[in-house]
Amino acid sequence: MAEVNIENYNINFGPQHPAAHGVLRLVLELDGEVVERADPHVGLLHRGTEKLIEYKTYLQAMPYFDRLDYVAPMNQEHAFVLATEKLLGCEVPKRGQYIRVLYDEIGRILNHLMNLTTHAMDVGALTPILWGFEEREKLMCFYERASGARLHAAFYRTGGVHQDLPPDLLADIYDWTETFPSVLEDMEALLVENRIFKQRNVDIGVISLEDALDWGFSGVMLRGSGAAWDLRKAQPYDSYEEFDFDIPVGKHGDCYDRYIVRLEEVRQSLKIIRQAIDKMPDGPVTSMDRKIAPPSRGEMKRSMEALIHHFKLYTEGFRVPEGEVYAAVEAPKGEFGVYLVSDGSNKPYRCKIRAPGFAHLQAMDFLAKGHMLADIPAIIGSLDIVFGEIDR
Amino acid sequence: MDEALKELGETIAAALSDEVIAATVANHELVVEARADQIVKVLKFLRDDSNCKFTQLMDLCGVDHPDRPQRFDVVYHLLSPQLNHRIRVKVKTDAETPVPSATAVYSSAGWYEREAWDLFGILFDGHPDLRRILTDYGFQGFPLRKDFPLTGFVEVRYSEEEKRVVYEPVKLTQEFRTFEFMSPWEGAKYILPGDEKAEAQAPEGGK
Repeated sequence: MAEVNIENYNINFGPQHPAAHGVLRLVLELDGEVVERADPHVGLLHRGTEKLIEYKTYLQAMPYFDRLDYVAPMNQEHAFVLATEKLLGCEVPKRGQYIRVLYDEIGRILNHLMNLTTHAMDVGALTPILWGFEEREKLMCFYERASGARLHAAFYRTGGVHQDLPPDLLADIYDWTETFPSVLEDMEALLVENRIFKQRNVDIGVISLEDALDWGFSGVMLRGSGAAWDLRKAQPYDSYEEFDFDIPVGKHGDCYDRYIVRLEEVRQSLKIIRQAIDKMPDGPVTSMDRKIAPPSRGEMKRSMEALIHHFKLYTEGFRVPEGEVYAAVEAPKGEFGVYLVSDGSNKPYRCKIRAPGFAHLQAMDFLAKGHMLADIPAIIGSLDIVFGEIDR
Repeated sequence: MDEALKELGETIAAALSDEVIAATVANHELVVEARADQIVKVLKFLRDDSNCKFTQLMDLCGVDHPDRPQRFDVVYHLLSPQLNHRIRVKVKTDAETPVPSATAVYSSAGWYEREAWDLFGILFDGHPDLRRILTDYGFQGFPLRKDFPLTGFVEVRYSEEEKRVVYEPVKLTQEFRTFEFMSPWEGAKYILPGDEKAEAQAPEGGK
């Protein structure tokens, strides 16, 4: 019998695919059902955020960060305000810092609920997403009560946060932290010991610690491979050093370990939220430096100087001293960094956004090689990618 | 904290006296300026030296300074989770001279260099796959350069007649406005309307 030359088969996974978590076009070269090469094409959601920021004042640039990783908006804002504060050398009042910590952790739970449930759905479990999204809705209510918007909050400001929290909000968040664990337990009961779920995730997308470091991984992707590395502990920002929490670490660096790490991180976030509410200090929520933070409405009615400050801040904005900084936060997906170059004017000269998902998706080829086609959704799910931040 | 970084900077500058131009600490961050053609050696040293151990390349990006002869900065942000410190390495280049690719030292450099090529047109020598990454298929120009207009050159729409997406030159219904906030008393580069004659009468700039 004559030898038949079998050629590898190319398929396009996405850009419209429910398991692609957005607009990912993944060109897969298959040998039968085994993936030989994965070539992610990104940029389908590129909106030129970095270019736009160069034409905006620092205040106007801030809301763009909500639109990067739109699953946990406030964590991104945090990186940008930290970078500007570092350049300005401005102090944030304790209450402002605690509110930021509180909302960072709410953002983390928002993100992990989204990721855990959609990942489960990608590998065949439909119920968790129905339960998880109900809780996300409640969390978005907390976003709304603080900032007025469910998703694109634009709540953090250079020097603190936009405004103080309404009365009862803290008590309501605390009440929620008491009802939520039972939902989490239900979800866990469905998945963690589930045979199908394990078959789809254990030993899939394994990455060793050395490779994870080499590929620039951060956050859960690094912790899943066994590194106890968390910027909240290692390089604390905004009084994270005053909180007591643990860093969950995986052992094998596969999709299942990353899943478990995320699940445990939700618990730790709950712990931080409770501590933040218990210890919430009184006082101003934003810097008292009127050259950076605007005065209150009431003050403006009485003081000419306050009126001038307000006018200057909302037209020209504040000037930031010349220099460059890199500020990073532990966003739910990993290290989210902002490299800010200022030329001394009221607009950033250059603002580079370091998105964790960009580095993670880059390793797709490395992770997927040799796996079956059906494992691709599991790997994408555990990478926790959102195209807002990858494509910018 | 600053002292430790300063010390580390001095160690690096001493060990790589030919490759490193300057090591400074600014805003509590260590910045090392290196020679572009030696960048791979510098990165290798930073990764492998026991005092540095910068095992992760967190970010690589370009910065455009069109007024300089070597207009681009290529900025590397390295992190050492083992020793918990960061460093920023900067090299200068222009639009023609390629920078040696860092992909041999850090795998994560691959996409970051593609991004710098895509947005700035910085060339990387030895990169295995230097394609555009963020912009559209068939895009022309380098959007993050300072001389690239914010509105770009082309806009797209779906053409009902041709049954496909077509590219057309940008038409703005309203002129693009940018506001100048430099005070006219200090450093404004434009001439205030009505002030043209005042400039002509005092050519010495007599304040």
